[in-house]
Amino acid sequence: MLFTQITFQAALPEYILALTALGLVLMAAFSGSTNSAKRFIKLTALVGYLLAFASIFVLPSESHSIYFGLFRINNFLIYMKAIVLIGAFFACWMVTSDWADGVEKPEYQVLIMLATLGMLLMISANDLISLYMGLELQSLPLYVIAAMHTRSLKSSEAGLKYFLLGALSSGMLLYGASLVYGYTGFTRFDDISSFISQNVASSGIIVGVVFMLSGLAFKISAAPFHMWTPDVYEGAPTPVTALFAITPKVAAITLLMNVTYFVFSDIRFEWMQVIIALSVASMIIGAFGAIMQKDLKRMMAYSSIAHMGYALAGLASGTHQGAAGVMIYLTTYVFMSAGAFSIILMMRRDGLPVQKLSDLSGLSSTHPYWSFGLMIFMFSMAGIPPLAGFFAKWYVFLAAVNSGLIPLAIIGVLTSVVGAFYYLRIIKLMYFEDVDQPLDEGAPTENVIILSLSIIVTVLFLFIIGPLREWSHGISQTFPVSGML
Amino acid sequence: MIETIFFYLFASVTCLAGLMVISSRNPVHSVLFLILSFFNAAGLFILLGAEFLAMLLVVVYVGAVAVLFLFVVMMLDINFAELRDGFQRYMPLGLGVGGLLLTEILFVFFNRENMPERLDLTTGVSNTRALGRVLYTDYIYLFQIAGLILLVAMIGAITLTLRKRENVRKQSIKKQNERKREDTIEVVSVPTGVGIRKP
Repeated sequence: MLFTQITFQAALPEYILALTALGLVLMAAFSGSTNSAKRFIKLTALVGYLLAFASIFVLPSESHSIYFGLFRINNFLIYMKAIVLIGAFFACWMVTSDWADGVEKPEYQVLIMLATLGMLLMISANDLISLYMGLELQSLPLYVIAAMHTRSLKSSEAGLKYFLLGALSSGMLLYGASLVYGYTGFTRFDDISSFISQNVASSGIIVGVVFMLSGLAFKISAAPFHMWTPDVYEGAPTPVTALFAITPKVAAITLLMNVTYFVFSDIRFEWMQVIIALSVASMIIGAFGAIMQKDLKRMMAYSSIAHMGYALAGLASGTHQGAAGVMIYLTTYVFMSAGAFSIILMMRRDGLPVQKLSDLSGLSSTHPYWSFGLMIFMFSMAGIPPLAGFFAKWYVFLAAVNSGLIPLAIIGVLTSVVGAFYYLRIIKLMYFEDVDQPLDEGAPTENVIILSLSIIVTVLFLFIIGPLREWSHGISQTFPVSGML
Repeated sequence: MIETIFFYLFASVTCLAGLMVISSRNPVHSVLFLILSFFNAAGLFILLGAEFLAMLLVVVYVGAVAVLFLFVVMMLDINFAELRDGFQRYMPLGLGVGGLLLTEILFVFFNRENMPERLDLTTGVSNTRALGRVLYTDYIYLFQIAGLILLVAMIGAITLTLRKRENVRKQSIKKQNERKREDTIEVVSVPTGVGIRKP
């Protein structure tokens, strides 16, 4: 093994996160549990994310693989890492020690930093083994923090459910990976991809691919593998739910894209059927499941299922345009979820968190800024122009139509109309209903800053969409799929 | 010759011990038979030349998993008679799965001429050495991630189970050393016939 300069340079964000996380373990162990110590640990974690984000800019711009090809970077992966780090920074910053529910322990920061590290490793995976290891490093801390509120029965239930179903999905992924290895004889992504392009793909490989896709669909909570999502979102402490909604899905979709577009690009007619089925099911379940929900977090869970369905619609096109559409979609998704959850975290009555939809009634008269922000995000998620969500949906559906998946695009548009119903219901509750019991005044500065940032990005997205589109199209050319089918 | 004798010895003890695991009445005996069967399986691995796997089996399964089972069996109050109630009901399912496995084994047995030849792996390098050569060089990346995953498992287990309990009479050496004489002892002169009145 040659440790050249590139070995250190290419994985710089990962080294920074790993070392910061290990430092946090020591600090958490020795600093005691005073409030100032907790604040210091959180500050260190935030500095770690910022440093890792800054190091994104010094990564080499051409494609490299290090550690004997186990780890790979290119511009697409670097962009996705930047999105994940922004999301993780928001999710970490949103929690303040006096507003946390059961996540005030310093271990929380250690665990989410290790989970973020797992996400980055998963994005960079270039081998079936490193894929699995990254995925596990990402999932294990998330199981723990879902159950972190030890005094809440619902939190324990959420953790247990997430753990059991996550273990099942890991099993499916591993089974698929073992079949792929067995029928190709390789674990390295480049080798598998060149093997498939030179040989006829046997049914064993296809069965393996379907199992791997199912395992990954669990992680992005695409229907019909979405069963855990509403319960886990509802039961986990709200800061944890915010983290679940923002970052792991970006990493898992990137991995899914890596596997489908890069490794199995030569059998795309086989995996496209699976992705189309997942996409249609997610869009329908996400739209209709949310209608009856009374709980804001459960509603957001169904909303995220629907969003994953739309992102998969872009993926299903199997074209460069689709890849660029997914990148734009995930970018807007991170900001919309971060903004929406920054408001949900601020919702308190008499110092206790509330999360029912009815608690929002008449919010505009008591908290005009919050309700304005929530209105922007709801309009954006519903896909109303000229907000960010509209452009995101536009590009994924455009990619689907251009590759001949017109029925998929029609289902997508119809389900967004259904989805608009429950997004608009929230706006109606906030602006046209009377105040029942007002929510608490006063909000942590961090959340207000995240809220304002997300509003700015969501509203002004139409000014950055042009350059972002050009740029993402440029990046997506690195995938070995054809431009048009 | 001696290899064959040892093979049959290990194999028969493994099978008998496995049978005892499910048939013995006392669950502690079941776990002990399980350990016996693990040891004999390790012996079979050694006969195959897989000494690293044999050691792993003993260290991980006997040293950790079986002892954990033993603890669980002894500490949890499980009504084993109740567990056996469903025996009749699950019998067809168990027979089905068992029959399937038996068919597979018989299939392999009757097709043994068509099976690929056993590879000669005696290259002069032992398993352990071969693993050691690649684990810390070619696979250092995965080795390090595995370390981080184990760290997460440890932190997670501690976070979820450790809680500070009130009213626990634990010895605090700092508190004991900080105690002063004046805080605890007061010299009172007791007048006759009056006694001490509490201040």
